[in-house]
Amino acid sequence: MMNNSAEGAPARTPARTPARTPAAIHAHGLTVRRGTGRTPRTVLDSIAFDVPRGRITGLLGPSGCGKSTLMRAVVGTQAHVTGTLDVLGRPAGHPELRSRVGYVTQAPSVYDDLTVRQNLDYFAAVLDPGRAAADRRSAAVARAITDVDLSSRAGALAGALSGGQRSRVSLAVALLGTPELLVLDEPTVGLDPVLRRDLWNLFHDIAATRGATILVSSQVMDEAERCHDLLLMREGRILAQDTPDALRTRTGSATVEEGFLRLVDEANAAAKTSTATTPAAGTPTTAAPPAPTTAGEQSR
Amino acid sequence: MNAALSPARTAATAARVLRQLRHDPRSIALMLLVPVLMLTLLRFVFDGNAQTFDGIGASLLGIFPLITMFLVTSIATLRERTSGTLERLLAMPLGKGDLIAGYALAFGAVAVVQSLLATGLALWVLGLDVVGSPWLLLLVALLDALLGTALGLFVSAFAASEFQAVQFMPAVIFPQLLLCGLFAPRDTMQPVLSGISDVLPMSYAVDGMTQVLTHPDMTAAFVRDAVIVAACAVLVLGLGAATLRRRTP
Repeated sequence: MMNNSAEGAPARTPARTPARTPAAIHAHGLTVRRGTGRTPRTVLDSIAFDVPRGRITGLLGPSGCGKSTLMRAVVGTQAHVTGTLDVLGRPAGHPELRSRVGYVTQAPSVYDDLTVRQNLDYFAAVLDPGRAAADRRSAAVARAITDVDLSSRAGALAGALSGGQRSRVSLAVALLGTPELLVLDEPTVGLDPVLRRDLWNLFHDIAATRGATILVSSQVMDEAERCHDLLLMREGRILAQDTPDALRTRTGSATVEEGFLRLVDEANAAAKTSTATTPAAGTPTTAAPPAPTTAGEQSR
Repeated sequence: MNAALSPARTAATAARVLRQLRHDPRSIALMLLVPVLMLTLLRFVFDGNAQTFDGIGASLLGIFPLITMFLVTSIATLRERTSGTLERLLAMPLGKGDLIAGYALAFGAVAVVQSLLATGLALWVLGLDVVGSPWLLLLVALLDALLGTALGLFVSAFAASEFQAVQFMPAVIFPQLLLCGLFAPRDTMQPVLSGISDVLPMSYAVDGMTQVLTHPDMTAAFVRDAVIVAACAVLVLGLGAATLRRRTP
């Protein structure tokens, strides 16, 4: 299945197929503690959620709420993960997933002293090695460069590109090899409005025509309106999981941003009353009950 | 741990590292020309004492590749860590062994060119008087380069910035340089120092060079030296592999 059009895909919402296909990501009692020593910080606190297949799920929340940690846990590069976290039917971090999941870190991770094409050539060779695959690789590289609209800069050194262009190179690397799941950590940060619109069109195109699942984080709430589903996070917990429409209706708000703020205020008020009654106040996120032990419990 | 090597991925990594270098011609020039210039300088410092030049010159042929590759690898690996490309690669189907072997191959190739230039110049232009085979000199130089790559890779795990990585050079290399027998024969040192020099790999690198300098054939001591340097390199490469973590703490 190939489709090279990077534009014109409207934000259509595929009909929801409840529980028939297994979720792309399934988390239950997912906890991450970071930092060494006597006082590890609980970054994710026994959270549960599902990311449906073939859809765009937005992960939203204030900076420092654990979005990047959650994404690292999903791609398997986060240590000290406990609880259940299944990705595409396998435990997160399973070696088989390394070629099925594309991951874009917050900072563009490309080689500044290589050209755009050389960067992609190398990562393509890691994903699909061998001389026999050379044709397939060059097709994948050409498509990825077209996808992110960098054809005119393919011969330029990545270090000589603008910030937005470099993050598009980083995105192009994740598009190589047609991943079933794309994990994108703030891919549109620092981009101009036109580029942001084009990228979101590309995300919708990828989800619609290639059937890929996309988990994308953002701090910009107007991007939330472009997602099929939303995961709202605050201080290491999931505040809400819903579609943008349902969220607006439920909170009686005109925009997702307004709805999110309303939920945050409610959570803050609830936290205040609970810390007033709990003797060990001060660190509300670490005072959670222990994660329930499930059959798929993984301990690393 | 993914210890199995994929030759295609290793080759792709080596090609990528060399391609990065090619975009940096000044670094290539420095790597290849500095040893040549230093040897020339040394030759004329000992203008009236050709024997001293023979001894120190042969040792330096082994030390240059070690220092150069140490610096280049520690900075290159550190950049790989800080730029996020390491995290990305380890989230892909790339074995740690592929990455390390790729680096060792690429920098090994550079070391061969560097050693060919330096050895050729020393033997045929500067009149370095070597009794043994120049190929053995080259072999030791290559093993030293491998050891430098291994040390650099290992040390980069403990450096948070390029600034720190460069500071590791004097910390790791200078003590070995002082104790390797270049400045004073190792058995004339204070016994504690002489004992320490026995466990430092550079001592064997320099000793190997001296063996070639003074013996027409491959001696048992030379074989021992070469095996020790190679074993140290492999050991430290293994330690370096352990510092490449797939997971962020």
